[in-house]
Amino acid sequence: MQIYLPIAEVSVNIFLLLGIGGGVGLLSGIFGVGGGFLITPLLLFIGVPPGVAVATGANQVVAASVSGLLVHIRRRTVDFRMGTVMLIGGFAGSNIGIYVFELMKQAGQTELFVQFSYVFFMGAIGTLMFQESFRAIRRARSGAPPPTSGSRSRHGWAQRGPFKVKFRTSGLYISVLPPVGIGLMVGFLSATMGVGGGFILVPAMIYLLGMNTRVVVGTSLFQIIFVTAYSVMAHAITNQSVDLALAVLLIVGGVVGAQIGTVIGFRLKAEQLRILLAILVLAVSVKIGLDLVLTPSDLYSIRSVNHP
Amino acid sequence: MIRALILSLGVLAALPALAETAAPATPPPEQVVAGLSENQIAITATFNGSDILVFGAVKRQTPPPDSAPLQVIVTLEGPPNPVDISRKGHVWGIWINTERARVTSAPAFYAIATSGPLNDVLSQTEDLRYKITIPQAIQDTGIASQVPDGEAFINALIRIRKDQGLYVLDQGTVAVEQATLFHTDIRLPANLTEGLYKARIFLTRNGQVVDVHKTDIRVRKMGLERWLYELAKNQPPVYGLLSLVIAIAAGWLASAVFRLVKR
Repeated sequence: MQIYLPIAEVSVNIFLLLGIGGGVGLLSGIFGVGGGFLITPLLLFIGVPPGVAVATGANQVVAASVSGLLVHIRRRTVDFRMGTVMLIGGFAGSNIGIYVFELMKQAGQTELFVQFSYVFFMGAIGTLMFQESFRAIRRARSGAPPPTSGSRSRHGWAQRGPFKVKFRTSGLYISVLPPVGIGLMVGFLSATMGVGGGFILVPAMIYLLGMNTRVVVGTSLFQIIFVTAYSVMAHAITNQSVDLALAVLLIVGGVVGAQIGTVIGFRLKAEQLRILLAILVLAVSVKIGLDLVLTPSDLYSIRSVNHP
Repeated sequence: MIRALILSLGVLAALPALAETAAPATPPPEQVVAGLSENQIAITATFNGSDILVFGAVKRQTPPPDSAPLQVIVTLEGPPNPVDISRKGHVWGIWINTERARVTSAPAFYAIATSGPLNDVLSQTEDLRYKITIPQAIQDTGIASQVPDGEAFINALIRIRKDQGLYVLDQGTVAVEQATLFHTDIRLPANLTEGLYKARIFLTRNGQVVDVHKTDIRVRKMGLERWLYELAKNQPPVYGLLSLVIAIAAGWLASAVFRLVKR
């Protein structure tokens, strides 16, 4: 069964869209990532124009994140104070990102810049997470006590900085500067790479701030909702590239997937969660890296100029 | 059956109408009278492509010349747009877009159907004059100043759009009966853009164009598609907010439903 998308101006199978939305929503619920880094390439693959894919993908991320966040709010696994502090940095960062993106556009190599960012950031974060969680799983198997208290005291720089605030839900009493800085970086990357930034946010909160993994997912979703909502508005106003028909179908699949995913996420162990996310992030970065290195099947690509 | 009816009705209706019109200074010995099964196409949410029946007849004052057989070419051209064509190059071990050329105008859709092999029904000079074949439909003036091998870029554009079903060449699909009646089906794909589609019907003999008939098809988004499209273009902030409200409401609804289910 096909549907004609009014903004993308292509006809796509309805069940394919529901499936993509559901699959990405499931992962989003499990890992607390928005799924923008998965949905955009998938939409491109089925023939949706790039501008529409990025903007509409962001709208689907909002829906999936709201759905997941509500579950976390009920389980009291959201640190609103931490999320708000990171948001302040996030908005500043995304405005800087939009500006830099414009500069890259004028230089004529946005695509390359985006692909490099994916490969570099996702490759680095994926590798770090994989190593750490692999060690954690081995420790758990050998029966040694997990050195959680040790890993938190390691971040003395966060405790020593000025403007110290008590983040009760996260169990931290640290300076606001590191969370603002992380928010800034994620906002910048989300504006330039067209993603929510959850895959950077989640490991940054675990490894840089030393937050509890349980709280990290809910707090990440909280921050992602606002950053992606901002990006949806920006795309709708400047490019008119949000396709609501496409968004609704992705959302229907996505919210259901996110609900199931959140339940699965609560059943998995923290280190299992981290190693699975690491594998996912690495897989995407390897895929994009291979696209850059392997000889493309078609050297030519076309783009209609009046199309979003 | 219905098709045959439309065909005969169309011919019957068209013939007297044409006879009434004032005769041109030098009427061509053979004139084409043609019609389309549809002049309007509505793109609705369930739009999945459309078939257009092009039919007609040849009107003559004198018996047909028996030198060369009568041939018919039908073209259908979508709204033109500028198109950027990029080519990747191998730079320091990675593949990046190294060259780009802009074609000033390429139709979003172009179909050509003929009654025989293209080389037999149309001479090259006539093709240049009437711009009938697919390469002729693309305006590539100035591409040579952008890239050294402009033709490769144009060929890539045609190849990609052919793969997408947007450029179609159907040879021998126009049926001509008793050198007078003709008809063909043109398939409009599901990935259609809206705008004015121009149809042309050429009569040829010996590769020379004898007569041409032109008509239009209006392709327009309708219903929900129209509403969403207009809202996105004319009220971007409202449209953006609507997108967010739907996203948030859907997220909340799913969460509420699952909570009820679990109880």
